[in-house]
Amino acid sequence: MSASTRTSESSFSDRSPVARSYKRYLAKASLVMFAVIIVSALLSPLLYMVTTSFQQPSQIATAGAPIWPATPDVGTFEGNEYPIFTVTIDGATRQLMLIEPGRESSVFVDPSDPNATRIEWQGRWRTLEQSWRFSPLFENYTTVWSQLNFPRLLTNTFGIAALSTLGAVLSSILVAYGFARFRFPGRNVFFFILLGTIILPTQVTLLPQYVIFTWLGWNGTWLPLIVPHFFANAFNVFLLRQYFMTIPRELDESAMIDGAGPFRILRSIIVPQSIPAITAVTLFHFFWAWNDFFVPLLYLGNKPELQPLSIGIQQYNALYASQPTLIQASAVLAMIVPVFIFFIAQRAFMRGVVVTGVDK
Amino acid sequence: MTDTSQALPVTPRTRRSRWMLRPSTREAIWGYVFIGPWLLGLALFTAAPIIASLVMSFTNFDLLHVDQTRFIGLDNYVRLTTDPLVATSLISTFKFALIVIPVTMFASLGFALLLNHPHLPAKGALRTLVYMPIMIPLVASTLVWTGFLNTETGWLNKVFEVFGLTGPDWINSEVWIYPALTLMGLWAIGNFMIINIAGLQSVPTELYEAARIDGAGWWTQLRKITIPLMSPVLLYNLVIVLIATFQYFTQAYTLTNGKGDPNNATLFINLELFREAFVFSRMGYGAAIAWLLFAIVLLLTLALFAFARKRVYYAGGDR
Repeated sequence: MSASTRTSESSFSDRSPVARSYKRYLAKASLVMFAVIIVSALLSPLLYMVTTSFQQPSQIATAGAPIWPATPDVGTFEGNEYPIFTVTIDGATRQLMLIEPGRESSVFVDPSDPNATRIEWQGRWRTLEQSWRFSPLFENYTTVWSQLNFPRLLTNTFGIAALSTLGAVLSSILVAYGFARFRFPGRNVFFFILLGTIILPTQVTLLPQYVIFTWLGWNGTWLPLIVPHFFANAFNVFLLRQYFMTIPRELDESAMIDGAGPFRILRSIIVPQSIPAITAVTLFHFFWAWNDFFVPLLYLGNKPELQPLSIGIQQYNALYASQPTLIQASAVLAMIVPVFIFFIAQRAFMRGVVVTGVDK
Repeated sequence: MTDTSQALPVTPRTRRSRWMLRPSTREAIWGYVFIGPWLLGLALFTAAPIIASLVMSFTNFDLLHVDQTRFIGLDNYVRLTTDPLVATSLISTFKFALIVIPVTMFASLGFALLLNHPHLPAKGALRTLVYMPIMIPLVASTLVWTGFLNTETGWLNKVFEVFGLTGPDWINSEVWIYPALTLMGLWAIGNFMIINIAGLQSVPTELYEAARIDGAGWWTQLRKITIPLMSPVLLYNLVIVLIATFQYFTQAYTLTNGKGDPNNATLFINLELFREAFVFSRMGYGAAIAWLLFAIVLLLTLALFAFARKRVYYAGGDR
């Protein structure tokens, strides 16, 4: 990518006529503008979420209120607070306190006027635009934090995601190594079945699994969310196996001559060589587990003390759907951890997507 | 993971018996040892449940009244054909699929073309931003979009107002709910976009140069070079979108707390399955719905592959 930017920059410095380079510059500028507008539009709901989460419920219900968090601006006159309006007098626009609202004429005072001169204004004050002051409200967050018992949800989510990731990554490394490095009868058939399970809808196995886990007494615990991941899954195995295949076999063979067994080779050659792929699998699985909804809903739907964030937030929404300020604050809290970690580790993510998607 | 190869007790007997195995046999044993966890999982969590679910679909199994379980033959499947809610849920699912699948395919290709443009700076940052919403929990993104699309307080209809238009009631209209969910789905195109970009980059540049010399414009190049050469990648994306659409659940559940409003427009097949099996505890019938869902997805996927057979171009020959 950096190479292509460089070539396009160098094309400016070649001695082309000024008009041509200007035209090219314009084309590039409009391309950038277009891309930025499209991406901003795509992400604009995030801005809606953040500003709403800092607003008072009354602001949302008020027509003509700004989209940023604000409260009606007020000024003090003779010890009382009065709302401030934008008034046009003699062609000049001023911010004035409304002291005596009247039907056809009202009395205003300039908040910055030390003499507090009363200004009589002809017109209907209800047609005037109210003046707003930027004032973010943090109370939504503290309310949601305690109503949701956010620390508990966060601990649960982290605990479930970490344990299930541990199982998924360890088992997938073993299985991928088996498929990548050993010849055994039926290997291709098994690998085909493995890939087939990617397409198999979970619904087909869901009900018997639910029955078995319920009979085992696992319903209402974390176990159904964690234990199945200790048996490797197709997606992770596939990604790791593709990566393991690229490691030269000579490394294994020389280690074997030195007397290393298969586990030793896996630990000291394959794994250290595959850190990017293992990182990608770890991240994918961790966030898949972090965001999973269906399985936790089945097994922890009525266990508030064990629920992860996704379930907690959904049930909170069902109770407080009429309060957008609280709902949006809860959405911010739900997404802040995964989005933050994504920005730190985005390179590993994007690489993993390409490995799984294109090499298939 | 412990290093068992060294920890094994090396008594003369085991040593001899290990020596007596042919190297290829030993390799095979190790292979089975390593794929063992998956094989066990396949048996326990996939194969056995598949059989159990098939058997279950011929019974009136109900987790709350296990003792009354008996075989009822094809009754569940017969009931599927007459159950108005199943029919409604299938119609809702197909209506949604007809909008969301093409939009997702075009949008992900469009974003890929735009964010792979040679003259665009900061491509990496823009791609990261388009990909990022995938990291947002679906419940949270559904809540954000529900607020964003709200008739009175949402921003999208405020934009409509600026242009003097009245926006639709996205969430409560049984027609507009599908475009609304499709808009929400744009936050999930990041994966497809990244895969498309990799596909775009694998197209040999000489082809474009040759086409330019022949006077082909942007549109012709896209139609005659880019799309045919990317067709395996597009097919892959299409299959994944198709499967995901028929398993659509979390957003629909979050939107109406599992009720399927407005007027069953969001009672997608997977939500109907969830309600039958887990809300009404009709597990046998639920299993039959699961198999119906599987059959539909399988048929559509096979149809796609059959359709693609002549139209997908594999640069590496037949794969």
